[in-house]
Amino acid sequence: MLVQPMLPVPYVVDKVRQETHDTFTLELNQPGTKAGFSFLPGQFNMLYVFGVGEVPISISGDPLAPRPLVHTTRAVGTVTAAMRKLKRGDMLGVRGPFGTHWPIEQATGDDIILVAGGIGLAPLRPVLYHVLAHRSSYGKVVLLYGTRSPADILFQKELEVWRGRFDIEALVTVDRSSDHWRGNVGVVTNLIRRAGFDPHHSTAFVCGPEVMMHFTVLELGRRGVPDNRVFVSMERNMKCAVGFCGHCQYGPTFICKDGPVFRFDHIRWLFGKREV
Amino acid sequence: METLERYLAEHAFFQDIEPAYLKILVGCASNVKFQPGEFLFHCAEEANSFYLIRHGRISVELFAPNRGAVTIQTLGPGDLLGWSWLIPPYRWHYDAKALELTRAIALDGKCLRNKCESDHSLGYDLMKRVSYILNQRLEATSLQLLDVYGYGK
Repeated sequence: MLVQPMLPVPYVVDKVRQETHDTFTLELNQPGTKAGFSFLPGQFNMLYVFGVGEVPISISGDPLAPRPLVHTTRAVGTVTAAMRKLKRGDMLGVRGPFGTHWPIEQATGDDIILVAGGIGLAPLRPVLYHVLAHRSSYGKVVLLYGTRSPADILFQKELEVWRGRFDIEALVTVDRSSDHWRGNVGVVTNLIRRAGFDPHHSTAFVCGPEVMMHFTVLELGRRGVPDNRVFVSMERNMKCAVGFCGHCQYGPTFICKDGPVFRFDHIRWLFGKREV
Repeated sequence: METLERYLAEHAFFQDIEPAYLKILVGCASNVKFQPGEFLFHCAEEANSFYLIRHGRISVELFAPNRGAVTIQTLGPGDLLGWSWLIPPYRWHYDAKALELTRAIALDGKCLRNKCESDHSLGYDLMKRVSYILNQRLEATSLQLLDVYGYGK
């Protein structure tokens, strides 16, 4: 529990890395301390660009190497556009970590299925770091990643490394091909049929746009993965991050404190409802 | 002697099929292999067969003037390629090209249509299986059209 959850802590930008034409990664450190930032995979922080505004961003770094604090996001609004312009040495306010995490401890012994769409790979990357660091505790590990085009592939160098490993099956697909692309074309749900996992002893973690998650859960079900072994990360307009303001209300829950990670059978009745 | 029956039974498309149906279907099946870059079929050609991919990868392409070949989808092991053999006028609407060495089972569409006409139970079973794939592809196409990774309004 944070002592003062509404008070941003100043962090200094140590590194800015452009991932794709519209996504970037920030590496942050807290000045005056060597301590790292403890978090669990799937949690998020509120990042405050001084004078502009505050936005919720998932932590995309390694939970076992919590310094620097790593965030990857896409420049889509005023705050993230300002965030993209930050340079080494600039300051940023950080509140967090907030929210529920991917239940990797419950998945021990299971095959792990990670299904990511677009920027959804960022909140899942900490899971992969954890699983790879504790590789013998899990069965097969499958990463299925779909994105818009070859130019939109996030963490390209790491994906190449993961694809080269013998103890993980990493499949990538793009919705729209380009002239030089020799990989898979089609939506990420197509990969679920091809991946090697035991549906009865698997835990699936899914992150991406809600429509993509809808079809992913459907396809996982067709393969035999039950809803109570599927976890999704939801996104809404989070403001306070501690369940006070109600901006991120999702039925009887608040995404900021009851989520963002939910077991799918708990929210199935809400999922995809236009009114929610 | 080993027949194709085992390969048919192992393929996801024929999962849990009646053994009696397999014995009928195997008469329409043949083993095929395609080299990288080789076309399985071209758009507008007569659609006489469909393919159950066992190994390798296929790209389903559409040729657009001034744009060249556009890959709509890639298919791999466990996938089915082609249903135009079932729907008049039995012509392919896409090109299909092997991206790597690909092994598949080809099923003769004319042969199958005849068997389905004479055994409607087999025809219904086959139709359910093809409909399932059609539904999956329709869902995938919807998802592709939505451009879910693009910017929201």
